[in-house]
Amino acid sequence: MILDLLPWFEWCEASALGQFVRTSIWMFPVIEATHLLGLASLGGAVLIVDLRLLGLAFADQPIAVLARGAQRWLTLSIAFMLASGFLLFMSEAVKCYHNPSFWVKIITMPFAIAFTLLVRQRVAMREATVTGASSRLIALVSIALWFTVAMGGRWIGFSS
Amino acid sequence: MFLERWLDWLARTEWSIALHESQYVWPFTESLHVLTLTLFAGSAIMLDLRLLGRAFTNIPVTAFTARLLPWTHRGFVVMVSTGVLLFYAQPLTYYHSLFFRLKLLCLAIAGINILVFHTRTERSVASWDVSLRPPRAARVAATVSLLAWASVIVSGRLIAYNWFDCELHQQPAWVVWAAGCKAPAP
Repeated sequence: MILDLLPWFEWCEASALGQFVRTSIWMFPVIEATHLLGLASLGGAVLIVDLRLLGLAFADQPIAVLARGAQRWLTLSIAFMLASGFLLFMSEAVKCYHNPSFWVKIITMPFAIAFTLLVRQRVAMREATVTGASSRLIALVSIALWFTVAMGGRWIGFSS
Repeated sequence: MFLERWLDWLARTEWSIALHESQYVWPFTESLHVLTLTLFAGSAIMLDLRLLGRAFTNIPVTAFTARLLPWTHRGFVVMVSTGVLLFYAQPLTYYHSLFFRLKLLCLAIAGINILVFHTRTERSVASWDVSLRPPRAARVAATVSLLAWASVIVSGRLIAYNWFDCELHQQPAWVVWAAGCKAPAP
């Protein structure tokens, strides 16, 4: 790699914040557990719209109504996941650097966030533009992106 | 104790050992258990937010219970199946895990709350179906649900940590009692 990121990861782990989380017995487990609570609420906010786009739930409700209803909890959940995930990352940045699952997760994540907030939510709120095949495609891309992020995250703990 | 002897036998069965020692089947089962949280707990949280009047207020409550709860139930089936498999891989470890016991307790509270909601609170749903802010009883049920499932998730995650393991440390009396540790030989 032309750009060597390892020193930066080492700096993160050596930072006061990284050490603060790492040296505590219960800090990492508790942040990790709340990260899972964020996963649940993010999953709900993502899936409720995707299931509707797939025609598998809320067939009698307009897509735009569901997308607008989910918007606030979607952005709150993403913000919470980023904050708690950042703390976890700082405490074990060097382990993450050497962990393929981390890279799968961290590279897919911006695409998942951008696709959900900039493409899926916008399209879903302008209901008229969403038709059968394209709405199903959007939902499947959304589910595939988030599945990769979540699976990569879970696998960080297994592949070390 | 009969239950403990039975779990000890279960832990020695061929499939339990194979699952416990497998390189990929166990992690994939565990991953499926965690990722299905998005469907199961995620959909339950969305329903709770609707009952609290914090989201989807322009969608009737019955639309949620009719169109979303089936997905919560499907998620629950996956959660329980994978959960039973994970338990089967290490029955005695989980049996003596303080966090596993706490998780079961929170599961029971969540279950009783659901039972009370469906048999009592939900009976009058016709009169508050489209209400922006459902009645107090429904909001209490949603709050209890959110807290109970959050506790299930947190205690479930903490099972992985051995802070209160019977064998590993000299545990205080309340842990010995709550985790059902064997009394040290006199």
